[in-house]
Amino acid sequence: MSGPQSNEPGQPERTPFFQRVLDNPFLLLFLGVTIPTVVYLIWGIMEIIQIPLASP
Amino acid sequence: MTAATHFRTCPTTGLKIDRSAENLIKANAVVAVVFLLIGGLFGLSIALTRWPAVHLLPADWFYLALTAHGFDVLLAWIIFFEMAVLYFASAILLNSRIAAPRWGWAQFWLMLVGALMTNVAVLQGNSSVMFTSYPPLVAAPHFYLGLVLFAVGALIGCAVFFGTLVVARDEKTYQGSVPLVTFGAITAAIIAVFTLACGAIILIPTFLWSIGIISGVDPLMYKLVWWGMGHSSQQINVAAHVAVWYAIGAMVLGAKPISEKVSRMAFLMYILFLQLASAHHLLVEPGVSSSWKIFNTSYAMYLAVLGSMIHGMTVPGAIEAAQRAKGFNKGLFEWLRKAPWGNPAFAGMFLSLVMFGFLGGISGVVMGTEQINLIIHNTIYVPGHFHATVVAGTTLAFMAITYLLVPLIFRREVMFKKVAQWQPYVFGLGIAGISLFMMGAGTLGVPRRHWDITFADALSQFQFSPAAFLMLALNGLSAIVAAIGGAMYIIVVVCSVFLGRKIGDNEVVQLGPVSGAASAAAVARYGNEGTLKIPGTVVLVAVFFVSFVLYYFVNWKYLAEVWPLK
Ligand code: HEM
Ligand SMILES: [Cu+2]
Repeated sequence: MSGPQSNEPGQPERTPFFQRVLDNPFLLLFLGVTIPTVVYLIWGIMEIIQIPLASP
Repeated sequence: MTAATHFRTCPTTGLKIDRSAENLIKANAVVAVVFLLIGGLFGLSIALTRWPAVHLLPADWFYLALTAHGFDVLLAWIIFFEMAVLYFASAILLNSRIAAPRWGWAQFWLMLVGALMTNVAVLQGNSSVMFTSYPPLVAAPHFYLGLVLFAVGALIGCAVFFGTLVVARDEKTYQGSVPLVTFGAITAAIIAVFTLACGAIILIPTFLWSIGIISGVDPLMYKLVWWGMGHSSQQINVAAHVAVWYAIGAMVLGAKPISEKVSRMAFLMYILFLQLASAHHLLVEPGVSSSWKIFNTSYAMYLAVLGSMIHGMTVPGAIEAAQRAKGFNKGLFEWLRKAPWGNPAFAGMFLSLVMFGFLGGISGVVMGTEQINLIIHNTIYVPGHFHATVVAGTTLAFMAITYLLVPLIFRREVMFKKVAQWQPYVFGLGIAGISLFMMGAGTLGVPRRHWDITFADALSQFQFSPAAFLMLALNGLSAIVAAIGGAMYIIVVVCSVFLGRKIGDNEVVQLGPVSGAASAAAVARYGNEGTLKIPGTVVLVAVFFVSFVLYYFVNWKYLAEVWPLK
């Protein structure tokens, strides 16, 4: 799943590591979905389910 | 598969254009504009209702119109247009065929059926639950079903977009990294996946509740997950309209990004952190802790705001660099004075940039501060803020790029040139007015979503200051100006698309002062301008920071006054 090389023909140097990370949309997709799911959703849901129910 | 793909070559830019992608762009853009028209009329009617001297609609119609307005403009207009942007930024800019065009049509029809279903439910009158539809308010089942179909359709659109990225990479239709505009669209699509998933996760149980299969939906749980959609969808808009800013700068002026690395980093900040700010909608909820609120809305969110500030510098910076390269070098601002202000694509884009930053950005960060939020929560300040972001920012940017899509994709000449030229200014003026006056009224305590602040038939009375009434009247007047600007857009676009002169197969169109080849090189290729000589932009950014800091501290002062420490 490594990104395409940005080398023009005749320009032998390798694409920098960070550029290759940014060239991988599926890695970014994974991060962009996981971070808010954990930090916003799961953490938030944990707090809400810990609220004790009112007893009648 | 490839055999079935029909391409044409754009005579202006030389880009290879997949006709299925082109048709999908057209269909989504046309439907988007229709929803803008419908939603805009509802917007005008509610603004005229909130103007106490006019008080246009009766109460039940007011809430119906408010629900329809929120859905039709915020979701239908924006997300249909975003689908067009995604197909444009993938298939067209990457010179590629679109992956799975049939699925593209599934996206279109599901979203259209869903949007119509929700509209029907609202117009039938028993679903005036606002577009946020918080339980225990309950709407008709097809209100939720329509929303779910709409969200699923949009998710399919994102899948087609990612599929097209894979196709383009495998078929080597571009070299190196994707162009920045495509990267911005990737950002938008990633945020969209989270957004739409949240929407589906919460609206399916709510739908089941509305037909009696499950007994209830916890209101706080609903708010938490719903805002994962409601807020994040605003961040799709931000990512998409920033991409559109870069695209317009590139296409009209041949402006390349100053630094791909820096601009991409800013988009990465969006991908990682922007969605967490959803928590600012729950700042006054007692059921979630301060740690959760502060982590999500401050620490993480400021990193995303940093991303926006970077774009706020690099977009005008790219334009300044391109203008200076053309010889507009005198003083700090010759590049800006000599910019193509008569070109509605450029004018709309620049107004969008300035108003999004100064009105929407500053007010957003300030009100997203947990303590300050208390003074404006649920006041009409909130709609004031987001009309600056989603209308002055996103809507105006999308309007602006339409003036380029009409000749390039619809291949029609833009009609009524003079009207088109004035349109961004008229609309921009109206929107600046509604944002500022709603914020002004909110500062005076006027609630949002409220039919009658005179409390004529209420048991307990409350008297708002005369200034609040003045603000709402000015808001109503501005709404009329904005509606005129919106109507100008719709008339120009609809007439051009259906009646405009057809542009010939080999006819070159002039997008701005640069050649089509230069536009294509700037918008459809990875690469830097590679200069940092942008003194004018630096001054503009400094002005922005000073305004920001001043406004921030004014609000703390204000908080101290409404809530004195004794
Ligand atoms: C002619 C243009 C427009 C006018 C005059 C207008 C005016 C208004 C007014 C007066 C409100 C009600 C505030 C309240 O009572 O709480 C409102 C709400 C809203 N507007 Fe607009 N608007 C316009 C365009 C737009 C556009 C283009 C969008 C989105 C892209 C938008 C999104 C919204 C949303 C999401 C709400 C909140 C609805 C709710 O509270 O449920 N508006 N607008
Ligand atoms: Cu938000």
